[in-house]
Amino acid sequence: MKQDEIIANFPGLPGALMVRRGCVEEAQFRSLFEQLKQDGCRLVALWGSDERTDDAGYALHVALIDSAGMLCLTLPVSAERPAYPDISDLFPAASRMQRAVADLLGLHASGADDQRKWLRHASWPGNVHPLRKDFDGSCAFPAETDAYPFVTVTGDGVHEIPVGPVHAGIIEPGHFRFSIIGDRVLRLEERLGYKHKGIEKRFESMSPEQGAKLAGRVSGDSTVAYAWAYAMALEGIAGITPPDQALWMRALFLERERVANHLGDLGYLGNDVALSFGFAQFWILKEQVLRNNAALFGHRYLMDKIIPGGVNIALQMSDKRVIIEECSMLERELGVLRSIYEEHAGVQDRFIGAGQVTPALAAQLGLCGLPGRASAQAWDARVQFPCAPYDKLDVRMATHINGDVAARAALRFEELFESLRLQREILINLIGGDELSMPVKQLPGNAFGVGMVEGWRGEVMVAIHTDAQGRLARVHPHDPSWQNWPVLEHAILNNIVPDFPLINKSFNLSYAGQDL
Amino acid sequence: MNSLLLQLIQDTLVLLIAPLLLGWVNQCRAWLQNRSGAGVLQPYRNLIKLFHKDAVLANNASPLFRATPYILFASMWLAASLVPVIATDLPLSQAVDVIALVGIFALARVFISLAAMDVGTSFGTMGARREMLVGFLAEPALLMVFFTAATISHSTSLVTIVETLAHKQFVIYPSLAFAGIAFVMVLLAENARIPVDNPATHLELTMIHEAMILEYSARHLALIEWASALKLLAYFTIGCALFMPWGIAEVGNLAALPVALLALFIKLMLGGAGLALLETVTAKMRIFRVPEFMGTAFLLAVLGMLIHFLLGS
Repeated sequence: MKQDEIIANFPGLPGALMVRRGCVEEAQFRSLFEQLKQDGCRLVALWGSDERTDDAGYALHVALIDSAGMLCLTLPVSAERPAYPDISDLFPAASRMQRAVADLLGLHASGADDQRKWLRHASWPGNVHPLRKDFDGSCAFPAETDAYPFVTVTGDGVHEIPVGPVHAGIIEPGHFRFSIIGDRVLRLEERLGYKHKGIEKRFESMSPEQGAKLAGRVSGDSTVAYAWAYAMALEGIAGITPPDQALWMRALFLERERVANHLGDLGYLGNDVALSFGFAQFWILKEQVLRNNAALFGHRYLMDKIIPGGVNIALQMSDKRVIIEECSMLERELGVLRSIYEEHAGVQDRFIGAGQVTPALAAQLGLCGLPGRASAQAWDARVQFPCAPYDKLDVRMATHINGDVAARAALRFEELFESLRLQREILINLIGGDELSMPVKQLPGNAFGVGMVEGWRGEVMVAIHTDAQGRLARVHPHDPSWQNWPVLEHAILNNIVPDFPLINKSFNLSYAGQDL
Repeated sequence: MNSLLLQLIQDTLVLLIAPLLLGWVNQCRAWLQNRSGAGVLQPYRNLIKLFHKDAVLANNASPLFRATPYILFASMWLAASLVPVIATDLPLSQAVDVIALVGIFALARVFISLAAMDVGTSFGTMGARREMLVGFLAEPALLMVFFTAATISHSTSLVTIVETLAHKQFVIYPSLAFAGIAFVMVLLAENARIPVDNPATHLELTMIHEAMILEYSARHLALIEWASALKLLAYFTIGCALFMPWGIAEVGNLAALPVALLALFIKLMLGGAGLALLETVTAKMRIFRVPEFMGTAFLLAVLGMLIHFLLGS
């Protein structure tokens, strides 16, 4: 096969992750993606960059994974005719990413069904593209009216409920347009982008060290995953390997982040079916984990603990006891709480069958991360692409096939127990030492690096391009929510409106992470 | 003269203790969830806060929207005043019977639903629709509960029912046990409690009662909240009157008033704690299960009445 040969000739990138990278011509672009789709590849991220300073026009980058590792493809796009062939018919998750590239960079997917704006609301005009190098980030534009054409559903008795972006509770902003008949949902359309704050543009004016801090703030609940993915990408470019102790510490942080978030989500799931008892119990446990984080590492959510080259704090050997005691306490409490959730008729009546995503639909739409595993999509970066120290840990992946709220709740329990087991393993392997990080020297020019970490939501990816002088030219952080938000629109179909908050919470996707 | 004085005492009493009952229920819920809670006085603080705020009204709000909080408050106050709480010889209680009481609740429901749809927001309409779904099933169930009690005392007057049950020879009525369970189910549904509705939720899409009042603010909201507290108190006192009327003062017996007050206090404490316990151990049901839930309540009430006729007790 011609396409296979093309890919086989791509060079591997240095770094912790198995990545092949290469350029494709526009003529081969579509046929290559058709081949990749047939081979069972999954789309991870799609982003663009402005290469006009090197007289190279623009470039479109696509990251995919298959069982062999990650594949990064770059398609040069001419500056005169900024368009590229659409791939959203092959990989539906690409649709919103393509629309975001059109808003931010002015590259259009020719032939795409949906050409509406995505991240752009009313803050800047349609002919201005903030990620172009000649865009001045300090300029302000007069506010326009945000005319966004929602898809309308017509018929006898059909009406719409617009919800958000301002909600009755203090939660992240997003707009949901329900077309309903009675209380049954015929269609849900999401409108996100309310939290767009120009993070990608901000990266371009930062040093690699400053960038690490910003990466940790893309989505606050996944700060460890983002900081690690950013550091992994940067270390790949700089050609350094962090000391063993730093890698073990990173894994410890990542698992603690997973535990804290899963505990919070399980509490919220109880709260959404009005079982406030569950909410209170899980949040007491989450608070205990956060307080231990603050006491042991100086930050409740472990922000800025992972730095390029390593970590900046070590666990005192005498403090291992605190974590082991916490693990034992959590295992005990979680066992009790799991049996309460599983045996509570009212809770199970709400959970079972709500918001179902069948494995076939999940595979078609590219559902990933935790909701993906609940729908039999057995992808976990810690298992398939184990970067150190996960290569020494033997992570046991849990999957379910029902794909409903009950499956996503059960999966959270299973991943919690696995995370607690992993923390104990990590503590055994964590042998003290003075060396916490390697110095990151000047980065090579025109280099590319990518890092991918299995955060608690799913795979978090950060791609870094450097310019000729070795500065950050383009940084693209990618959240698994990009793939999973569109699936939520399908999960709610034929459910009733009052079940939406529960289904939404069982996915618990990031707004900040995808609005950027 | 005495009875007029009693009526005045009761009117003031229910008005003042209604938020306390709500605070007590919330405090019990907090304790059951391992939280320290905001204290039993929190509903009063909320009311004071709301009364001090400036009201915001939608541009297209009609006079109906403005009038509804007052109508709601007045009807719930009236309802709470009608139920013999501490004494039976109340002039207002003599004037109406249980069917009129159900009518007062229905009147309030009609107005709050119309007001919810008045400004044309989707949440208001959604809430009103669901409220009607719950209401049209809850009302017949409530009537059947009243009829069961009425057949025992051969009168639809609440005063007569209470006098019969409280001061005649003590008899255990199996029919009232069925009616009692049905009544609790109606109470949960009518007062927007778990498992039918969740008064503490911030999730707009799941709301019933809260969705209807989303557009209200300041004094209007305060009146509606106060009315909700009064409604809960009215249901509690109806429950006390029908199923545990002991301790209530007889006609002309003013000396029994302190005992009646103490009895009322204990009954409300126990009832409130029971409600909190019920709400803590149950999850909210899917909204289309509510018709089944209310159907069960109706069935139990009918069973209660059948048992009365079959057993003659």
